[in-house]
Amino acid sequence: MMLKVHVWRGGAEGGLQTFEVPRYPSQTVLDVVTHIQRKLDPTLAYRYACRVGMCGSCAMTVNGVPRWTCRTHVDKVARADRLEIRPLRNLPVIRDLVTDMRMFFDKWERAGGHFEATSTKTDDFARVAPDSAERQAIDAGIECIGCGVCYAACDVVSWNPDYLGPAALNRAWTLVADSRDGNDKRLQAVAGDAGCHSCHTHLSCTERCPKHISPTAGIAGLKRAVAKAAMEGKL
Amino acid sequence: MSYRADTVLWIAQRASAAVLAVSVTVHLVTIVFAVRGGLTAAEIFARTRGSIGWLAFYMVFVLAVAVHAPIGLRPVMTEWLGWRGRSRDLVLVLFGALLVWMGARAVLVVFG
Repeated sequence: MMLKVHVWRGGAEGGLQTFEVPRYPSQTVLDVVTHIQRKLDPTLAYRYACRVGMCGSCAMTVNGVPRWTCRTHVDKVARADRLEIRPLRNLPVIRDLVTDMRMFFDKWERAGGHFEATSTKTDDFARVAPDSAERQAIDAGIECIGCGVCYAACDVVSWNPDYLGPAALNRAWTLVADSRDGNDKRLQAVAGDAGCHSCHTHLSCTERCPKHISPTAGIAGLKRAVAKAAMEGKL
Repeated sequence: MSYRADTVLWIAQRASAAVLAVSVTVHLVTIVFAVRGGLTAAEIFARTRGSIGWLAFYMVFVLAVAVHAPIGLRPVMTEWLGWRGRSRDLVLVLFGALLVWMGARAVLVVFG
């Protein structure tokens, strides 16, 4: 049995090219793309590394939905033996299925997405109990591997290119909730038109996150933290 | 606009939403309750005229609408029309003022 696969070719301008790929059991969408590149057209550009859902580099738009192609079985997503594979939305296309993710990661930095210690190695260990509310809140968002699926799923990013996006805001939330972190400028960075206040709570990011993280919940946490800081005159 | 102003607008939006949740419920329940017995306009006026409680309630309702609606329209104008900056905010302030004027006028007629 054959699968009809329509694949995006080109950069921002381009079109769909159709390939016929043989079906076999337990075939993933990444297997399909790899088959095309190895057997049908070696010029096809795509990106992957681990093939097992750890690295987050193989995300593409499959039949209109952003997904990790390595963890998506063809059986689950093919409609009438047909697949449409495009690069991730909301990111500039370099070529074919490869997007330029610089903006995505730059926004993590703009959101204050790195840990700023308040103590040094000579200080005693900070004690954060695993079952404390603080640690539970952080744990809920900490497993993000930066695949960009949520960013591609977010309509607010498509309307407002400055919007930091679900992944960067989720990362900021895990740090805002961390009592060991000392960045007091982060709440300013994530407030406002480009930050948490633009989130419409559509939940597309939460729906699509392959790690089952809810960036929406993290963004709601940021809204609360920002409002609290503003009312205390600390923003 | 600055992150502080955006934060204040967000708080105002949430606070006015909380007021509206109560106001709209009371308003709708009152309408349904009032018309069940077949009240005429004259009978309604007889109950509302001079009632400070209802006047205060509906003025709060109108003010909450005037705060809530323009803030809600702000991202719609940005995201759908690409309209940002001072001109957008000026139009929204005028829209809020229009809502206050229209609402207060109606309230004063019914309760004045």
